[in-house]
Amino acid sequence: MLLQYILKRILVMIPTLLVTSALIFTVINLPEGDYFETLAAEMAAQGEKADLSRIEFLKKEYGFDKPPLERYVWWVAGLLKGDMGYSFEYQRPVNEIVGDRLLLTMVVSFFTIIFTWVVAFPIGIYSATHQYSWGDYGLTFLGLLGLAIPHFLLALVFMYTANVWFGTSIGGLVDPQYLNQPMSWDKVKSVLEHLWIPVIIIGAGGTAGMIRAVRANLLDELQKQYYVTARAKGLPPGKALRKYPLRMSLNFFISDIGDILPSIVSGAEIVAIVLSLQTTGPLLIRALQSQDMYLAGSFLMFLSFMTVIGVLISDIALAILDPRIRLQGAATK
Amino acid sequence: MDILRINDVRIGFTVHGLARDVVKGVSLRVPAGKTVALVGESGSGKSVISQAIMGLLPRNGGVTGGEILFRDPQTPGSSVDIAGLKPEGKEIRALRGGRIGMIFQEPMSSLSPVHTIGNQIEEALQLHRPTGKAEARALIEAMLKRVGFKDPARAYGLYSFELSGGLRQRAMLAMALICQPALLIADEPTTALDVTIQAQVLDLMRDLQAEMGMAILLITHDLGVVANMADEVVVIYHGEIMESGPVEDIFRRPRHPYLKALLKASPHFDMEDGERLVALREARPRPPAAARPPKPAETAAPLLSVSGLRKTYTTGSRKFFGKGTLSTVVAVDDVSFEIRRGECLGLVGESGCGKTTVSKIVMRAVTPDAGEIVFDDGRSRTDVLALKGEALREFRPRVQMIFQDPVSSLSPRMTVMSILREPLVIHGRGEGADQIGRVRALMEDVGLDARFLNRYPHSFSGGQRQRIGIARALALDPELIICDEPVSALDVSVQAQILNLLKDLQAERRLTFLFISHNLAVVNYMADRIAVMANGRIVEIAPRHTLFTQPAHPYTKALLKSVPFADLDRPLDFKLAAPGGASDQSHWGKAFRQERDGSALTQVALGDGHFVLANPGIDRREMV
Repeated sequence: MLLQYILKRILVMIPTLLVTSALIFTVINLPEGDYFETLAAEMAAQGEKADLSRIEFLKKEYGFDKPPLERYVWWVAGLLKGDMGYSFEYQRPVNEIVGDRLLLTMVVSFFTIIFTWVVAFPIGIYSATHQYSWGDYGLTFLGLLGLAIPHFLLALVFMYTANVWFGTSIGGLVDPQYLNQPMSWDKVKSVLEHLWIPVIIIGAGGTAGMIRAVRANLLDELQKQYYVTARAKGLPPGKALRKYPLRMSLNFFISDIGDILPSIVSGAEIVAIVLSLQTTGPLLIRALQSQDMYLAGSFLMFLSFMTVIGVLISDIALAILDPRIRLQGAATK
Repeated sequence: MDILRINDVRIGFTVHGLARDVVKGVSLRVPAGKTVALVGESGSGKSVISQAIMGLLPRNGGVTGGEILFRDPQTPGSSVDIAGLKPEGKEIRALRGGRIGMIFQEPMSSLSPVHTIGNQIEEALQLHRPTGKAEARALIEAMLKRVGFKDPARAYGLYSFELSGGLRQRAMLAMALICQPALLIADEPTTALDVTIQAQVLDLMRDLQAEMGMAILLITHDLGVVANMADEVVVIYHGEIMESGPVEDIFRRPRHPYLKALLKASPHFDMEDGERLVALREARPRPPAAARPPKPAETAAPLLSVSGLRKTYTTGSRKFFGKGTLSTVVAVDDVSFEIRRGECLGLVGESGCGKTTVSKIVMRAVTPDAGEIVFDDGRSRTDVLALKGEALREFRPRVQMIFQDPVSSLSPRMTVMSILREPLVIHGRGEGADQIGRVRALMEDVGLDARFLNRYPHSFSGGQRQRIGIARALALDPELIICDEPVSALDVSVQAQILNLLKDLQAERRLTFLFISHNLAVVNYMADRIAVMANGRIVEIAPRHTLFTQPAHPYTKALLKSVPFADLDRPLDFKLAAPGGASDQSHWGKAFRQERDGSALTQVALGDGHFVLANPGIDRREMV
């Protein structure tokens, strides 16, 4: 039953991804010209003589003389084989460029999400169970502050204070000496030293939003009759809260996984630029600017794939966690 | 010995900084092994008292005086003052669920939908009587069997949404009683259930009480239930006790005017023709509506003729490939009836019998698979199901609907003025000033003050809101009004007011009603003829009096037998009342069953407009 459900969901993913890839390809090809023309124009502007024959050669090599439809088919065929194409700007395969940064991005995002949940859940639960108390108001105010301050501003403030008061530079994710070095124990330590600042900065806004969500969801569930039943059985308040209303309010967060996965990969672009983090966000922005189409397109495709996988995971998790979805999934039509 | 003794308890709530007493010095007792009924309208404070006994008052409420003494028969000689315990302390939690069990009105929302029945029952057991896994399982299955689950091993792993309403309440009972409490508090335990299921659940409660020797505090507004269940009765009104005593005294010699009025306000089966209900509080007097101009060309043809209606719903999982497991549910099957002009036809049946689907088909909100509906206003005949586009729009004002829930059927974002004016605007009836004049007249007609027009629905009581709903239905001068359970969400006293209002409006305006209800007494009060529905078919249709005195169909008989009377001399025969659900065909006589190979059932005429669904060759003597 559950296996069939999963199989069905995977089959539905195929057309979704096909449509997305077509959209991405179209959007990236919409602006006038391509990477080579941009390159030639840039070189001409700097007074250099562009090697036109070489550019022609490259265009042919990468199939830019072919009609777009054919290029699209080649691109998708490559993606299916795990080949994300070639970045013109970096002169390296996209897999290599993204691969480096992907790990760091995932580390940052993973810790950010953990930070968000660890901070937001207890505060949200406290706010809901102590509704309209001073504690609720105070924590809600703090959360709203976090929501209202833009990330990059917070990042600048952190950098400034760290520099002025502690005399240290907190930019980057790893000390410069470990950059492009193979993974070692020292490098891991260096990453962990740098990690907490971006985690707090990126997490601040998410935490505030999460607190509001936990509080609102839990307040709804606390009104429900089954919670009264649980207490009427003699369950201690904490246990009753965890087993019934909290469990029910989890549905919301599980259905949120679909959004979280792609954001793990893409990271917070602007904060990453301000703090010069070696994550994937700045890379994507640069690729879009320079019309480095395989890098941009393949990376966006990767993000959509993550979204679809995320939605799949959250659907499966919901089906496992909530018998109403599992057993009544095919609702009355 | 008294298990529970409440002495001069006062309970206060703080709302917007204002302290208000909801319960004002109430004293009552619950003797061991007896049932005490706490009777009152909504807002009388009866549920608040039950919450105080459980220590489950909302955070803004508290016991401000008096004592709630609980004397456990297991430790005779000592008693606990529940009012003095810490709200979430160990002592009160040990009582809750362990020594005092509680069941609620809505068994669906009272059970967690994401935990199995067995899990929730076991939790109660392990909290108060830690037991080994295997032993606990055996205990729980025995309990589930005791409350009426046919396959307890399977029931253990079921979720609440997989059960019917009656079974859910049985599961709640199992959960409340698994620790063998000394006191069971039942807060309107059967109000949400159909009459036959109600009879079964009440019967189960009595049996369990006899077996386990627990006391029951039964909170209800239904005097019929009280007469059949209670040993002692306490009548509460606005937080004060009006009258209390043994059930014999209360029903045979009611002294307090409130109780007398309560007994008169509920419709019952042996009301004289033309006898009116006496509302508890007389509603605002309303001027009789001006007589309407006589209709041209009155004919004998029925206003609405419905024939051969059929509606099926498809459920089940639709698989990605292949056909999947689609199953077809027949909601309405070969339903035919007529409503004569100026008549009130009652449509009775248990939940899920298809009566609401019929009303939606007549309203053209649902399209049937087959059948015909003819609306004949005396001048022309309209084929309702064939109407399309503008013709349908022009037909809509002629059939209007009054809904069950006066809270959710009125938009909370519209003032009463906009609610009542909207139909006039949609159908372009008159200009601004005319419309406002019409709305004011409507308010007068339903007994509301026209000064309230600028208020929003939330500032009205349930009964007033239902009056607004009625005014909205009347706005377009419809010829047929469908009333779908119009009073089942209201208190007894308000119910009487609304029923009387509907009767008056019908007489003044020569309205025609299709009155849908599960409450036989209410239908009896309102209807001229009554149609009984079961499993999507009309099983019996007869003039009101005939149906109640000579019911022919076993389903009708079972329904009538399951209604509890507020009369000690006519006790409910619990064992006779519908064993295993009245709509279960296997309990019906052979002549009424649809055999797989046998000939189709038809409406057999018994004379005098009395028809019953049976085999054509039925022996008349079988029906008496």
